[in-house]
Amino acid sequence: MKLQNLLLIDLKSQKKLNAYVTENFENCLKLSKEFDNKPNYDLKLPGIPIAVKDLFCTNEVRTTAGSNILNNFVPSYESTVTQNIWNEGGILLGKLNCDEFAMGSSNETSFFGNVQNPIAKDLVPGGSSGGSSSALAANLTPVTIGTDTGGSIRQPASFTGTVGLKPTYGSCSRYGIVAFASSLDQAGPMSKDVKDSSILLEVISSFDKKDSTSIDFKRNNYSSELTRNIKGIKIGIPKEYRVDGMPDEIENLWKKGIEYAKDCGAEIIDISLPHTSYALPTYYIVAPAEASSNLARYDGVKYGLRSSGESLIDMYEKTRSEGFGEEVKRRIMIGTYVLSSGYYDAYYLKAQKVRQLIKKDFDEAYNKVDAILTPSTPSSAFKIGEKSNDPVSMYLNDIFTVPVNLAGLPGISIPAGRDKNNYPLGLQIIGKPFDEQTVLNIAYSMEEKINYKNNITDWWM
Amino acid sequence: MDVIMSKNNSEYLIERNDNIYEVVIGLEVHAQVTSNSKLFSSSSTKFGAEPNTQVSLVDAAFPGMLPVINEYCVKQAIKTGIGLKAKINNKSVFDRKNYFYADLPQGYQISQYKYPIVGEGNVILDMPEGQKQVGIERLHLEQDAGKSIHDIDPSNTLVDLNRSGVALMEIVSKPDLRSPDEVNAYIKKLRSIMRYLGTCDGNMQEGSLRADVNVSVRIKGSTELGTRCEIKNVNSIKFMQMAIIYEANRQVDLIEEGEEIDQETRLFDTKKNETRSMRSKEDAHDYRYFPDPDLLPLEITDEFIDQLKSEIPELPDDKKKRFIDEFKISPYEATILVSDIDTAKYFEEVVVKMGKNRDMKLAVNWITGELFAVLNNKNIDIAHSPISAKNLAKLINLIKNGTISGKIAKTIFELMLDGDIDPQIIVEEKGLKQQSDPKALEALIDKIINDNREKAIEYKQGKEKLFGFFVGQAMKASGGKANPQLINEILKKKL
Repeated sequence: MKLQNLLLIDLKSQKKLNAYVTENFENCLKLSKEFDNKPNYDLKLPGIPIAVKDLFCTNEVRTTAGSNILNNFVPSYESTVTQNIWNEGGILLGKLNCDEFAMGSSNETSFFGNVQNPIAKDLVPGGSSGGSSSALAANLTPVTIGTDTGGSIRQPASFTGTVGLKPTYGSCSRYGIVAFASSLDQAGPMSKDVKDSSILLEVISSFDKKDSTSIDFKRNNYSSELTRNIKGIKIGIPKEYRVDGMPDEIENLWKKGIEYAKDCGAEIIDISLPHTSYALPTYYIVAPAEASSNLARYDGVKYGLRSSGESLIDMYEKTRSEGFGEEVKRRIMIGTYVLSSGYYDAYYLKAQKVRQLIKKDFDEAYNKVDAILTPSTPSSAFKIGEKSNDPVSMYLNDIFTVPVNLAGLPGISIPAGRDKNNYPLGLQIIGKPFDEQTVLNIAYSMEEKINYKNNITDWWM
Repeated sequence: MDVIMSKNNSEYLIERNDNIYEVVIGLEVHAQVTSNSKLFSSSSTKFGAEPNTQVSLVDAAFPGMLPVINEYCVKQAIKTGIGLKAKINNKSVFDRKNYFYADLPQGYQISQYKYPIVGEGNVILDMPEGQKQVGIERLHLEQDAGKSIHDIDPSNTLVDLNRSGVALMEIVSKPDLRSPDEVNAYIKKLRSIMRYLGTCDGNMQEGSLRADVNVSVRIKGSTELGTRCEIKNVNSIKFMQMAIIYEANRQVDLIEEGEEIDQETRLFDTKKNETRSMRSKEDAHDYRYFPDPDLLPLEITDEFIDQLKSEIPELPDDKKKRFIDEFKISPYEATILVSDIDTAKYFEEVVVKMGKNRDMKLAVNWITGELFAVLNNKNIDIAHSPISAKNLAKLINLIKNGTISGKIAKTIFELMLDGDIDPQIIVEEKGLKQQSDPKALEALIDKIINDNREKAIEYKQGKEKLFGFFVGQAMKASGGKANPQLINEILKKKL
């Protein structure tokens, strides 16, 4: 209860951050009392209040995906990932803002307005899990979960000085998560430190028959197997991640990261991922293609927003025009275009082939190394509005994170330094498929050496 | 209408201004898979439930819901493929066919586009002029859509999602069919094979079997295919035949008038008996097919296929061959008996129950004659026959061993209908046993000759027609029970 009460004091003042879309505070207090009456500390998240990204369907609690089209949608079911959290004693604190249908890198596409980064006023918290990163950094939830399709956990973590892990594709069930791009979407933990992420991963990762792409592999007890002994681990440095126009401070951060890794006992090896430059264009074909189809179900017929129209087609057009924001419409149009007959081979099919090549790059690299170290993002957090009229520049945010999704690999972002404005910068550790343990171990040991602490002033209070 | 009926009476040709056209037909049959639950969800598939009572969150495409393949439906499709003597593909892929409609909750149908589960096969048709092989192009699995109901509410369309997500097999034939009669035979054969396999009940009234019909025409003898039109969603064999006849003649008329045929999708109006344009090729939907990222490719091992092969029952073609070889019945009779699995079952049970002294000729005649007539009249299927195979076999044996005459048997058959009564009991209770005691019959005949002395003399003088009169009198006197053969013999002797 203590934790809950402390949080609630802060939560009352969170409106300026706009991290929460739906508050579940009273119900959370009620459930917390019930827990206190009958506590069970054998659970992994005993009575811990946790707010989650509003992309996870939560039974009887409104789930919007940051969209007007689901503004009034209350599911009658629970996502597998959140259910796993409640099963371990977690209590839903609220639903966190995000880019509409997770399409964005700044949380500016949300129907519920942009989210402030607690690091500084009018700074974006990253996206699409921007409400999650903001709430986490501002101590408005002890830990949280996000989803990551092209960087949506790792980039906001990097922008807020927090830890964010995208697990291997197939590790966490997608059942009950509002779909953006099915072959890329993956839920993952976001936390203040690596240890918490390892606990949360242990809770949320499970084989689920309700998701045909869920994979039945032996999952570690990530938190108890966490170790700082990474002596002799081989870490690859991909030369292709040294992109044109990358700020010096990112270059320097990366160099510092390499030194930290060496200090931890890792062996640094230069590697090549030759198809890296094709990752972003590939992603911006595959993801919108899948999204254009995944979002077809929001048609006003069964649930969610329905605008009245004179005919079925008219109703569709009005519902979807009013229900979807600009970025979502842009991606539906891109996706529809690349799947159209006559363009399919040139775009979608080619992108799928390139995706295989990108995956092959990693496979080959992993013959030589155990993990790969890169910057998380090509820049630190930017100002609200700075890139919202320039989609391509916005898309470039994901340049280091997108290849990981395309290859289905685990990747973590940990805070590793600051830029000239004192804004946080993150480093990304990419692992072999299903080898989250090594990723976590490297992050855990580097975290100790880096010893990063957020310096947050509570300016929004 | 100038339709030539050629010597092959299932051939269909159209003659106009000295040109003779043949019609080329290919069918895309949509057969509902017999399965308790849907293709990607556990909802019931039972027909006739209250609207929207058999709809899961997956079927209604709620956010975050994911399809999970129903293994049973996959097995059913493979079995059907085996029944069509088709190649079973070790790897197939589910694709999304994207289009918007109120009864399509996902905004796409999960289907198989480039890589279907079943490849090429064939079906043998028994036509009056002989057997004909029809090629199967492919069979794939797909979801059915829901149902839009436009005629209940004046200003709204109502949607029933009970059917949404039900598994269908789309069976695509090669353009090998040439006449409405062949289409009839093809659909019936497909239906028969699937009913033998238990993979589709073939119930056309309930929509378990529907077809898109592709029709084109060409000058007979030509090897090039004409431009085809696709007639969508025809749900009875009769309507398919009517639609084909209308459409083929429409196309011939256009060609004869020097006009082009547009490749288009058409609808058959059953009330007006005509096809109407639904959309042209230019307006054709762009379905934006792509592999469904929620589902992994379907990988099937040879062992899995072999296991299913071992579970396949004897199919109509094999059964027919066996009936001819084993029971020495004609190919025509065998074709009738195997066409429906329940008829074949009934026949085989009659054969078994007849025992050692079985009479195939009688069995075939009684089943295809008296029994079929009753079933037709009462509109019941043979699986629910009012007379069991066991009792029909008994009746046949009573005829065979001379206990009753064929004529009396018909009377007994009528009586059996009322509750499947054992014919033996009827014979005993009603005293219908055939009179085969020569002494008793002689006495009976002596009396008749005595009573009709003048006619007997006339007969002896050469009026042989009167023989029948005496037979009739004897039968009448015996209450129809006299053994007709004995009557004949005795009369010949006495007269």
